[in-house]
Amino acid sequence: MNFDWAIIQMAAPLLLQGTMMTLKIGAVAAVLGLAGGIVLGLLSLGGWPLVRFLVRAYVDFIRGTPLLIQIFIVFFGLPVMGLRLGEFWAGVIALSLNCAGYVAEVVRGTVGSVEKGQTEAAMSIGMTRGKILMYILLPQSFRPMVPALTNDLITLLKNTSLLSVISVYELTRSGQAIIASHFVPLEIFTLLAIYYYVIISSLSYASRVLERRLPQW
Amino acid sequence: MNAKTVRTPLLSVRDLRKSFGDREILKGISFDLMAGETMVLIGPSGSGKTTVLRCLNHLEEPSGGAVMLDGETVGGSFIGTGGAFVPAGARELAEQRRKFGFVFQRFNLFPHLTAVQNVAIGPRKVLGLSRAEAEARAERELNRVSLADHMHKRPSQLSGGQQQRVAIARALAMEPSLILFDEPTSALDPELVQEVLDVMRELALEGMTMIVVTHEMTFARQVADRLIFMADGYIVEEGAPEDIFTAPRQEKTQNFLKHVLHR
Ligand SMILES: Nc1ncnc2c1ncn2[C@@H]1O[C@H](COP(=O)(O)OP(=O)(O)OP(=O)(O)O)[C@@H](O)[C@H]1O
Ligand SMILES: [Mg+2]
Repeated sequence: MNFDWAIIQMAAPLLLQGTMMTLKIGAVAAVLGLAGGIVLGLLSLGGWPLVRFLVRAYVDFIRGTPLLIQIFIVFFGLPVMGLRLGEFWAGVIALSLNCAGYVAEVVRGTVGSVEKGQTEAAMSIGMTRGKILMYILLPQSFRPMVPALTNDLITLLKNTSLLSVISVYELTRSGQAIIASHFVPLEIFTLLAIYYYVIISSLSYASRVLERRLPQW
Repeated sequence: MNAKTVRTPLLSVRDLRKSFGDREILKGISFDLMAGETMVLIGPSGSGKTTVLRCLNHLEEPSGGAVMLDGETVGGSFIGTGGAFVPAGARELAEQRRKFGFVFQRFNLFPHLTAVQNVAIGPRKVLGLSRAEAEARAERELNRVSLADHMHKRPSQLSGGQQQRVAIARALAMEPSLILFDEPTSALDPELVQEVLDVMRELALEGMTMIVVTHEMTFARQVADRLIFMADGYIVEEGAPEDIFTAPRQEKTQNFLKHVLHR
C-alpha cells in the first residue's frame, strides 16, 4: 500500500474548517436537542394523557425511521412550510428533532426509575405531580442521566456527517471535496476517522469529569 | 359523656374495602378516631394493616367505603343527599392528603436534601411559606425530635433512628390533623428503636392524633388509647389495650398475642 503523506499534510488544515462547522452544528443541535428532549421527557411523565400519547408517538416515529430520511423530510419540508432557512439550519433542526426523541426516552426512563417511595413520600406531604417531578425526582435523576445522555450526544456528533448529503460543509463534506479534487479516498477517510475519534473522545472525557463532579448521596 | 360534650370524631372510616385484582385484602373496615387519640393497629403479617393506612390518605385508591376527615370525604364528595359520588381532582386530593402525616417503614427521606431541607420543602413548596419561614419551622420541628445538631446532614449521614425522626419532623411540619405510622421501627437496628418510640410517646402525650401500626407490644400497651387487632382484612377485636392484652375475647386475638408476647 502506498500512503500519500504529502496529501495528508495538505489536507489537515483544510479539514479544520469542516471541523469547526461540525462542532458548531453539534453544539447548536445538542443544546436544542437536550432542551427539547427534556421538555418532551417531562411531558411524557406529566398529567395530560393526550400529551403523553403524542410524545410517545413522536418518539416512536423518531426511533422507527432512518435519520437520513428524517434529514431529507426536514430539508425538503421546511421550504414547503414557507421556511427558507438554508441547509445549515435544516440540518441543525433535523438533528435536534432526532436527538430530542432519544433524550426524551432517557429522561423518562431515568426519572421513572427513581424509587417509588420518593413519590409516595412527596405525595404524603401534599405535593402534586408537577412539584414531585421538579423538586424530588428530577434532582435525583441528573447524575444517573449523564452516561446515557453522553451516548446520545456522541451519536449526534457522528450523525452530523450525514448532513453532507444536503451539502452542509461539515467535516465529512470538506473531506469529500478534497477527495474529489485529488482522488485520495483512503488517506482522507482515515484522516476523517481520526478527527471524529478525537472530538468524540474529548466529549466522553468531559462527560466523565462532569459525572464525577455531580453530587451523589 | 352528656349531650353537651358529645364530640364528633376527627376521622370516620366506614366499610373500607380494597382489592388487588380479584384478591380482597380489606373486607370492610370501620372505626372512628377522636382528636387527640392514639390508636394502635396490630395483626399478623399480611392482614392488611399497611393497606388500611395507605387507603386512608389515598396513596392507595380504596375499592369501596368512605374515609371522612373532619366531616369531609377524602378523595371525592357526594353531591346532594344520597347523590352521586364525584372523585376529587388531583389538586384537591393532594390538599386533603397533606392533612394526614405519613411515616414510612423505610423513612423515604429525600436523599438529595439535608435534614432541614427535607422538613422545609413541604411548608415551602406546598404551603407556600417563604424560605425563611419554612426553615424556621423545619428547625423547630427538628428540635422537637431532638435533632438540632444534625440539621445540615443528608440522610445518608444519619443513623436509621435519626432518619426516622427526620421523617417524623417532615410530617409534623405540615401541621397534619393526624399522623399515620407504618411500622416506624421495624427497619431499625434494635438499639435505635427506643429513640423513635420516645418521640412518638412524646407526641401522643402532647395530644397528637395518631394511628400506629407496630409490633412493639410494650409501646402499644403503654401509649395506645385504643387497640385494634386485625386479621385477614377484618377488624377482629377492638378496645382498651389493657383489656385486650389481659383478656382477649376472640380466639384469633388470643393466638396472635400468645405468639408475639411469648417469644
Ligand atoms: N400493591 C399490591 N398489589 C397486590 N397485592 C398487595 C399490594 N399491597 C399489598 N398487597 C397484599 O395485600 C395483603 C396485605 O398487605 P399489607 O401490606 O397491608 O399487610 P400488613 O398487615 O401490613 O403486613 P406486614 O405486617 O407484613 O406489613 C398482602 O397479602 C399483600 O401481599
Ligand atoms: Mg405492613
